[in-house]
Amino acid sequence: MNVLSRLTLRHILDKIGGLAMFSGRFFRSAFHPPFETKELIRQTYEVGVRSAGLVAIVGVVIGAVLTMQSRPTMIKFGAEAFIPGMVAVSVLRELSPVLISVIVAGRVSAGIGAELGSMRVTEQIDAMEVAALNPFNYLVVTRVLACMIALPLLTVYADFLALFGSYLVQSIEAGMSGSLFYHTVMSSIEFADFAPGVIKTIFFGFIMGIVGCYEGYNSEGGTEGVGRSATDAVVVSSLLIIIADVLAVKLTVFFFDVN
Amino acid sequence: MPEKDSTSSKKLIEVNNVSKAFGENHVLQGISLSISEGETLTVLGKSGAGKSVLLKIIVGLMEPDEGEVFYEGASITRAKEKELNTIRTNMGFLFQGGALFDSMTVGENLNKILEAHTDLSFEEREQRIRHSLQLVSLGDKLDEMPSSLSGGQKKRAGLARSIVLQPKLILYDEPTTGLDPITASSIAELILTLQTELKVASIVVTHDLPTAFTISDDAIVLDGGVKIYDGPVEGLSNSHHDHLDEFLNAAKLDRSRREKIIQKAKKEKIE
Repeated sequence: MNVLSRLTLRHILDKIGGLAMFSGRFFRSAFHPPFETKELIRQTYEVGVRSAGLVAIVGVVIGAVLTMQSRPTMIKFGAEAFIPGMVAVSVLRELSPVLISVIVAGRVSAGIGAELGSMRVTEQIDAMEVAALNPFNYLVVTRVLACMIALPLLTVYADFLALFGSYLVQSIEAGMSGSLFYHTVMSSIEFADFAPGVIKTIFFGFIMGIVGCYEGYNSEGGTEGVGRSATDAVVVSSLLIIIADVLAVKLTVFFFDVN
Repeated sequence: MPEKDSTSSKKLIEVNNVSKAFGENHVLQGISLSISEGETLTVLGKSGAGKSVLLKIIVGLMEPDEGEVFYEGASITRAKEKELNTIRTNMGFLFQGGALFDSMTVGENLNKILEAHTDLSFEEREQRIRHSLQLVSLGDKLDEMPSSLSGGQKKRAGLARSIVLQPKLILYDEPTTGLDPITASSIAELILTLQTELKVASIVVTHDLPTAFTISDDAIVLDGGVKIYDGPVEGLSNSHHDHLDEFLNAAKLDRSRREKIIQKAKKEKIE
């Protein structure tokens, strides 16, 4: 049973309320010692470096597939020259940030949910509490910050790889040279295509971290509860990321005057 | 048996009239107890009698619905997080499964606590860690991961972690549950040794009578959230309380009970 099959109004409100309070606690704790720098670095490595392989494959595929799919139509309209520019704008503005966020959320949120969930069930979180070790700072603050740091970096990395994937297709199918591809792309994108896409992933990173931690930290009901925490973490964080994206697009249009 | 003298020894923990309910289930109803420095108290009762909840309230992991808990006269129930954390550095807590942090080695588990609460140098910390592990006979497990330890070893390692800050009080949540009788009695022995060597007070929650008889002077018995016995452990067997008799009989090695149960089952089958 997952979140979607338990969708009662009360359950949704419970979750929203719980998440909001948990987020509030995060912001209060994030600026108060102890600052667990060592653990933050370890978690950033865990989220960032450990996701890099997955992100690389997804990145290349996004660029390559988008190029392959759009080629026939663009050629029909005599717009073959615009393919690199069109692909670049779509990838940087939307596809790479959102797809990477959702895919990384699947890996990271579930991982955090299951890890903290089993720590809760085996009383490790209670043990930290009793030993006055501030489990919230040690476990939650570090993981959420790690997601907020790693996800934008992963997105930039995926941006480059997606463009590389697009170039590969263009080079094989149309024999396009690297420098022509580069110049076509650079002349069709602006800062406002790149920056908002990266900035919004900081918020997506916050969502995936806080949802994973919330589900795990409040896990109950033994082993079954741990499984539920992991599933709910993925479902809720993916859903919230997509909803937040709609908001982010609106804000981008407002602040960056993109047309 | 040491004389109970509340005037000369300071009250370490005082539990005043504590009640706790989960919905309709009244787990604790007006429980009071106190313990002085160096004393040992066993809390007996069957599963679900509210023993673990009582421990969690004492250490501030749960809030009671009514009543209050004091540590050396300071309220734990109403303490702010910072005060509570200061109080907690004087307490050790042994969880049922040991609750070792499983992403760290046994040594790192102990070090994490020393690092957070003391200014000791690396060498001093290492010495303290080795000493604590030796006390529980796990001197050779310093670099092992918790997942490679047996159940009894996990509890001992958890105990080493509870004593590394040299607390005044250790709370034990079912220290012998789930262990074979030999390992269980070795844990009980260890608890008693630590009490004698380190002079710490202990509150031990258990349903294991042999352990209770080995380690403590005084016991209280909980049933249905109510205290039904409070006194020396020796008095348990002649208190003539129904539930208590049942509890004591269940722990006896008595072959005649077997016959009684079989007869009863057969009779029910015929009817």
